[in-house]
Amino acid sequence: MPSNPKNILHVQNLSKAFFGVKALNNLQFELQKGEVHALMGENGAGKSTFMKILMGLLIPDSGDIIFEGESLKNSNVHENLQKGISMIHQEILIVPELTVAQNIFLGREINYRNWLNDKAINQNAQELLNLIGVNINARTKIKNLSIAEMQMVEIAKAISTNAKVIIMDEPTSALSNKEVSTLFKIIKDLKAKGVSIIYISHKMDEIYEISDRITVLRDGKYIATKNTSELDKNDLIALMVGREIDRLFPENISKKGEEVFSVENLSTKGKFEEINFEVHAGEVLGIAGLMGAGRTEIARAIFGLDKYDSGEITLKGNKINIKSPKEAIEKGIGYVSEDRKVLGFIPAMSINENISLSSLANFSNAWFVNSTDEQEATTQLSNDLKIKSTSINQKVMNLSGGNQQKVVIGKVLLTSPSLVILDEPTRGIDIGAKFEIYKLINQLTDKGIAVIMISSELPEILGMSDRILVLSKGKQTALLSKQEATQERIMHYAVS
Amino acid sequence: MQYINRLRQYGIFVVFIIICLILSLISPQFLTVSNWTIIITQASINALLAFGVTFVIITGGIDLSLGSMVAVTGVTAAMLAHPDTFPVALPIFAGLLAGLLMGVFNGFIITKSKIAPFIVTLGTMTIGRGLALILSKGRPISNLSDSFNFIGGGNIFGIPFPIIVLILVFIICSIILKKTLLGRYIYAIGGNEQASRASGINVNRVKMAVYSISGLLAGLAGILLTSRITTGQPNAGAGFELDAIAAAVIGGTSTSGGTGTMTGTLIGVLLIGVINNGLDLLNVTSYYQQVVMGTIIIGAVVLDSWNQKNN
Repeated sequence: MPSNPKNILHVQNLSKAFFGVKALNNLQFELQKGEVHALMGENGAGKSTFMKILMGLLIPDSGDIIFEGESLKNSNVHENLQKGISMIHQEILIVPELTVAQNIFLGREINYRNWLNDKAINQNAQELLNLIGVNINARTKIKNLSIAEMQMVEIAKAISTNAKVIIMDEPTSALSNKEVSTLFKIIKDLKAKGVSIIYISHKMDEIYEISDRITVLRDGKYIATKNTSELDKNDLIALMVGREIDRLFPENISKKGEEVFSVENLSTKGKFEEINFEVHAGEVLGIAGLMGAGRTEIARAIFGLDKYDSGEITLKGNKINIKSPKEAIEKGIGYVSEDRKVLGFIPAMSINENISLSSLANFSNAWFVNSTDEQEATTQLSNDLKIKSTSINQKVMNLSGGNQQKVVIGKVLLTSPSLVILDEPTRGIDIGAKFEIYKLINQLTDKGIAVIMISSELPEILGMSDRILVLSKGKQTALLSKQEATQERIMHYAVS
Repeated sequence: MQYINRLRQYGIFVVFIIICLILSLISPQFLTVSNWTIIITQASINALLAFGVTFVIITGGIDLSLGSMVAVTGVTAAMLAHPDTFPVALPIFAGLLAGLLMGVFNGFIITKSKIAPFIVTLGTMTIGRGLALILSKGRPISNLSDSFNFIGGGNIFGIPFPIIVLILVFIICSIILKKTLLGRYIYAIGGNEQASRASGINVNRVKMAVYSISGLLAGLAGILLTSRITTGQPNAGAGFELDAIAAAVIGGTSTSGGTGTMTGTLIGVLLIGVINNGLDLLNVTSYYQQVVMGTIIIGAVVLDSWNQKNN
């Protein structure tokens, strides 16, 4: 096949198998100079394997990668970086104790006979940051930056290597809307300079806003490449899942019951102030707001992970004062955190052990765990939640993101909570699994559980919530009913 | 394939068997009941320390004060074990109590100050050595009662008492780790401490428990050692913590926490014991023994991490 001269990258018949399972199967891919090319597919579709091969982290079993007319088949990371392929990772890989400038030039320090030229390093880094229009001091230590700022540093680093292809893997997962628009401005500038971008994201709106073309993968196979402007959202979803999903959100028919939980004038200095809301049985209260608006901080305070300064919390008519997650769980509050890898599960433990972790005392006498009872309960729950696994003894680290999230939800459910707080419940989860999580939320409300759902995805907030609390810079700016709420109104209150 | 995987899981056990086979071919004395009685009796003190530190390492911590605790508890017991003074129960109780208190102290400082266990137990290691010298006024304490000396030197039905202690402690520790709430929480904390706290586990209490157990078992080891050498030595136990940690790590306990078993640690202890014994039988001088031992520790861990990568 003659290669299109506009192509900077051309991938032919790429295959890679792990233990006999084909992660990539005859993949085709073309990247033009100066385009933003979205790579779409559910988790497990082969996107990350493909990216790892492009970066030289994995060696393909067969097929070829032609980059600027040269085969990359047997190259390593270092060579690929030098040739101009660079990646911004989903999980940010920078050294927290070093400064911004030191990170940008890590491994390529400006030196004179092995003596560091700090002045030049700082100057060059600052110029680079100014160039992409971010207001960060190059001498700041990375650990003092926000996640969004770290991401900008990663981008500056990629640019500084004179990258011709930049791979962005879920670059906005930790960014606020404002920061996303800064990122998009940078992407457009890069594009104008002829840099090509491979953009991976689960967020449809972003894909439609920023990409020129979309390539869809499914089960390790190439499905299609289309111009973004010619591909309808529903068609895209159909290509990704291989079937049509008629609704993004399942219908919720649960009835609102009596008040289960309320907070009054909840405040923590510097994080949030004067927060007031109540949640009823069978109701989903959505909490919307930008990054840093204090959403997660409120959840952490309610669950006893952090102390709060003042205010009152009432659960089922009783004033409660929670000092630790242990107390919160005992009183009937469950929390599914936004960062399941940090606060959600124990990777080296099995599904069974993770699900029972919060309620192990219920399956034990004074000393011993009754593993028969335990396994019976966790097996039942694992089936109810449709956790895909070889057995309940499979380690959670070997599950997909969606299934890991189900395990965390299972752990919370087993404590028989009356209030469940879900913090970004579908972050990093593919569309098919998202729909299942939404159905699960509806099952919770069906059982009369009160649900608080924090989310950065407005469609999700609108699709799932009965009422929506909007926060801005730690203050409560609106409490909207489902009828009143629109994306525009929420955004209006979120930035006010 | 499945068979190979299962064998890999017990990789260190296979290494152990192979070394035993080689030694039995080289030295006819190796595979005799009397030699194995010596190996296990000598390994019993390291075993008690290693079982204790296995709990600690699985939570992601470390205990460097084991050797010093052996000295403090040994001296304490010896001071109360002279003939015709107190019943033998008192020195035993006092030795165990001293170990327990030092373990509680470790746990208390680690949970309250949030200082790394490495630093805290490095401190208690020095404090403990000082305490042992203060208590004994720097001199060995000898002239101990026969009933006390039975603990380390006596037999029941022909089985040396230390071996019986080792077996009992092994069974109890295995049960704690596998069957109890505490055991599950120990793994959970080592696997992900923050998620454990968010799951409602009282992390500090579990940490207190593991350092206390480690101290208590160090106390037991101190009593056994003092009884076996029939002297309370303030300089006893120096460097014992390293053998114990080595045994746990050889047995598959990861120093980053979250994994490990008592069976693995037991094999680690026996492997160290067998190598020491084998090198003795082969008349290898103790200088070379140390080089061989160190090489085997590194080799075992390299092998283990290689196995894990390939799984």
